[in-house]
Amino acid sequence: MEKVLLKNIDRPDAHRIDAYMRYGGYRAVKKALARGRDELIQLIKDSGLRGRGGAGFPAGLKWSFVPHDPTIQKYLCCNADEGEPGTFKDRGIMDNDPHLLLEGMMIASYAIGASVAYIYIRGEFAFGARRLQAAIDEAYDKGYLGKKIFGSDFSLDIFIHKGMGAYICGEETALLESIEGLRGQPRKKPPFPALAGLYGKPTVINNVETLSCIPAIVEKGVDWFKSMGPEKSPGPKLFCVSGHVKKPGLYELPMGTTIRDLVYNHCGGIRGDRKLKALIPGGVSAPMLTSEDLDTPLDFDSVAAKGSMLGSGAVIVMDENTCIPRVAYITNRFFSHESCGKCTPCREGTHWLTEVLRRIEYGDGRTGDVELMEKLCTNIFGRTFCPLGDGAVMALRGAFKNFREEFIYHITHKRCMVS
Amino acid sequence: MITEEIRQEIQKRLKKYANEKSAVMDALRIVQRAGGGNITKADMEEIARIVGVNPVAVNAVAAFYTMYNYGKPVGRYHIQVCRNISCALLDAERIIEHLEKRLKMRTGETTRDSRFTLSTVECLGSCGTAPMMQINDDYYENLTPERVDEILDGLE
Ligand SMILES: Cc1cc2nc3c(=O)[nH]c(=O)nc-3n(C[C@H](O)[C@H](O)[C@H](O)COP(=O)(O)O)c2cc1C
Ligand code: SF4
Ligand code: FES
Repeated sequence: MEKVLLKNIDRPDAHRIDAYMRYGGYRAVKKALARGRDELIQLIKDSGLRGRGGAGFPAGLKWSFVPHDPTIQKYLCCNADEGEPGTFKDRGIMDNDPHLLLEGMMIASYAIGASVAYIYIRGEFAFGARRLQAAIDEAYDKGYLGKKIFGSDFSLDIFIHKGMGAYICGEETALLESIEGLRGQPRKKPPFPALAGLYGKPTVINNVETLSCIPAIVEKGVDWFKSMGPEKSPGPKLFCVSGHVKKPGLYELPMGTTIRDLVYNHCGGIRGDRKLKALIPGGVSAPMLTSEDLDTPLDFDSVAAKGSMLGSGAVIVMDENTCIPRVAYITNRFFSHESCGKCTPCREGTHWLTEVLRRIEYGDGRTGDVELMEKLCTNIFGRTFCPLGDGAVMALRGAFKNFREEFIYHITHKRCMVS
Repeated sequence: MITEEIRQEIQKRLKKYANEKSAVMDALRIVQRAGGGNITKADMEEIARIVGVNPVAVNAVAAFYTMYNYGKPVGRYHIQVCRNISCALLDAERIIEHLEKRLKMRTGETTRDSRFTLSTVECLGSCGTAPMMQINDDYYENLTPERVDEILDGLE
């Protein structure tokens, strides 16, 4: 496949504006500015582009919710928090091709009528933030940001807002709280951000990868975009492969690439030619799949049909020697650590789940612990303020579904079933 | 101590936002960096004045976000090893044990000379090059115990 999002990944000068333009950059935004806003929104709707941040919400549809009234201030926020364990795709774009993201943001801002945009980048990405700031400075110098960009009537400022270590700030309303200088705790929805977001103004939040798809859609059109991947989940997709594969890393492939193709072709199979035991298809909030699911196409709907989710496209591969109770412990410890504390079922529930998993992991498991955890899950699921708590439950239930006997073994034998 | 230079740096950040309160996070980060990784109570009161919020609000932000070291001072080199799933699958445990042995300290501690603090952290978004760690701003990836020794030897 012709690379779209990673087309500049092997060009070490692509982060400089002149090189980016030599490789064809900043042509799409000029084209976009010559079009009407509604026409652009319709284009993105027709392309079928779905959000790459996790939920797969149609990007054009989200943009269309923003009120048209030109007297109201509007904002675009780029979600570069990239906190879902296993995920490292947005970093790949920002470190190597920051102007691609800026160009996508310019087009999106123009389409929704935003004159100010923020990039919410996780604080640990110091290198990426420096690259982005340098790219923003270059764009201002050329007159591509600021007042009346590219000689049009459209003005845009882009600022970086650095996160400071809080997974929950990837949730879009917690992200807005954080930009407002508050603790990152989710807001009640509705109202949705498209109507009342940052400082109460209409705001679109899109993921880095989503926004980075935009320039190519404007340049090459809807038919080209839809020629990749399935009808309802088209386009290129970044897959972050980690764990027990021979060649872990960032891969750009069409949506709908099968797990088998990704793991055994592109990533060279499992280390030591061991057997694949389990695989998380979309970051740790996504329930695990097994070797029986290898022919599942990696797109939003196909993975959902298997009871899991494509999420952020973080594919975590586990070989036959992996202890699943240990994976569950590490995963739940993460959720408990990152629970923002706003609602009790999540704050208390993930804490207790982690305590039970810890004692199982360290050989102190008690008979009935699996049932106890199932009860805890019931008390969390559907009762939390935001999806973090549900994600923790879904991940654990996924582990129980396929590997329940391994938990029982760990409890009765006080050690792993494997190795 | 917030010098005139830092104050000006913070004041520049106020302009990024429709509401200056938003600059609390930037301000805390700038002050922490200038303070060698630490923030004091007096710093927070000063930030509150510059940004125009209640000191309680500054405190709440400093306490919520894990990258602020308020109340938990760190050494000159803050070593943070990822303990999350992709790193754990590739034996991050071995890296942590090696660091504890070499630095003669436990995770969560700071050496007596304040040179090193060793912490474990959740996923740092570098899972394809696991196991990994961060020392101050920089990422170190595809770690082995030998590689860790080289890296530590290379720090002045
Ligand atoms: C707990 C939690 C964490 C999230 N973390 C991220 C993240 O790190 N990056 C991201 O883009 N979206 C994240 N999301 C999804 C966002 O809320 C939002 O749906 C997304 O940024 C919208 O962009 P998109 O439509 O372009 O995907 C998270 C959601 C939840 C519930
Ligand atoms: S579910 Fe968890 S993370 Fe979400 S609001 Fe409740 S406590 Fe916070
Ligand atoms: S799990 Fe260690 S960097 Fe992501």
